[in-house]
Amino acid sequence: MSISSLWVVAEPSNGSFTTTSLELLTQARALSASVSVITWGDGASLAAQAGEYGASTLFDVGSLEGALPGAPVASAIAGLVATKGAPAAILIPTSYDGRDIAGRLSARLNRTVLTNVTGLVDDGALTTEHPVFGGTQIVRARFSGEGPGLIVVRAKSFAAEPSGGPAPVVESAPVGELGTTGSAVIVNSHVEEREGPKLEEAPVVVSGGRGLGEASQYALIEEAAKLLNGAAGASRAIVDAGWVPYSHQVGQTGKTVKPTVYIACGISGATQHMVGMKGSKNIVAINKDADAPIFQIADLGIVGDVHQVLPALIAALRARN
Amino acid sequence: MNIVVCVKQIPDPAAPQSFDASNNLDRSGKLILDEADTYGVEMALQLVDKAGGGEVTVVSMGSASDVAGIRNALAMGAAKAVIVSDEALRGSDALATLAELLQLPSITFAKSVEIDGTTLKVERQTESGYDEVTAPLPCVVSVTAGVVEPRYASFKGIMAAKSKPLQTLSVSELGLDGQVGAAGAGQAIVEVVAAEARQSGEKFVDEGDGADKIVAFLESIKVL
Repeated sequence: MSISSLWVVAEPSNGSFTTTSLELLTQARALSASVSVITWGDGASLAAQAGEYGASTLFDVGSLEGALPGAPVASAIAGLVATKGAPAAILIPTSYDGRDIAGRLSARLNRTVLTNVTGLVDDGALTTEHPVFGGTQIVRARFSGEGPGLIVVRAKSFAAEPSGGPAPVVESAPVGELGTTGSAVIVNSHVEEREGPKLEEAPVVVSGGRGLGEASQYALIEEAAKLLNGAAGASRAIVDAGWVPYSHQVGQTGKTVKPTVYIACGISGATQHMVGMKGSKNIVAINKDADAPIFQIADLGIVGDVHQVLPALIAALRARN
Repeated sequence: MNIVVCVKQIPDPAAPQSFDASNNLDRSGKLILDEADTYGVEMALQLVDKAGGGEVTVVSMGSASDVAGIRNALAMGAAKAVIVSDEALRGSDALATLAELLQLPSITFAKSVEIDGTTLKVERQTESGYDEVTAPLPCVVSVTAGVVEPRYASFKGIMAAKSKPLQTLSVSELGLDGQVGAAGAGQAIVEVVAAEARQSGEKFVDEGDGADKIVAFLESIKVL
């Protein structure tokens, strides 16, 4: 482990760090003997969890008082770099707030951000891996200037595993003067309720695309997902068309899923979609077009009409329940 | 209300893509306006309309030899365009850090944008739904794809776009010599390797037995 130290931005969410944060901590621990966590809000109460996943220090930014995290957290991290010295790299989850933090930190520290990272290895130097062209090729890159390198990592790139470490030392990470940069504030939060397991965590994901023909047909996807105790996903095409909310989107600009089985219905397999699901253990595809790219990665491909295959599948699943 | 929209031209994603000898994306083919950017242009045009005055300016970085995509934004209704174009920019990382450099507030992932006097009201996507976020103007906003219906350029718009101002600036004109391009990127590509290919399995034409085949498959992997 030749990497001196790594910092991980860990996002608090409903009494835990997000799964992606824990995945980053697990990988950081494998690469460096010195891992610190930066968190805010309820994060300070999660010190025990940070320790379990290998952090020896927790830097607490404190309450953001409703501000979007980007500006204040980037300010606090820049302050830490100035007072504690730079780590080799700062790992940041690919999330709405993570991307904001990375962008602002890049300007504050005048350091490069590497985004869309799915692999991190130490082969003499810290090397990042980025899937391109729909995941058919991997670009391997390294930072060339002074640290800290800023690395934004996609969800599900690593498995999250606790190491059973002791509680970390907690230190405060004060936010500097923000001026107007900190004036974007959250005045209200809305949760779009969905039944069943979360899309990112479900063992079965049934997803629909353009091949469904119209928005009302998405009910077939939801029904099949429910019968399989899974979650319903969607291609970007039907999210853009307004059929389903963005929170259902699987792909490059949506969620990354790695279920036991992914069932793609009426999805042709645009590269932007495949990036988000090709890590699934098993893939089943139903599509009218025998040449659809999705069949190239499907373990089981059914060339047929979703409007016939899906209702038949739903009937078969109902008969078993 | 004046709005600047940052856009980029990209190789058509529907065409095969490759890297050049120095591991930069090969951009020698036809370039188009990134579809995701059309949402920003549309949102800006709507806000200017609602405000009852002002104009939309598009700003881009890249080759100035093929500007069909930029003209498309002008044909949609933007008033003028500025392209920062210089061979020195090849290998440059996009400075997606605009708000911090400008010392402005920012709201990313906006799915709706309203302007109330000097306050911006945005619905911002979150992992579980959306937040209502406010910020004073001026503010940097990024718009999520799919939240407005980008207009098609009309014939009149396409004709008008041909004579709209399109200014090209070089790196020296911006006073950024030596800070941009691969030299200023702070990272280097080590190599590009083929990803482990996922093998395709069996493919059947549905003859009324498609659902049964799926059920049998789900049983074989113990999901059922």
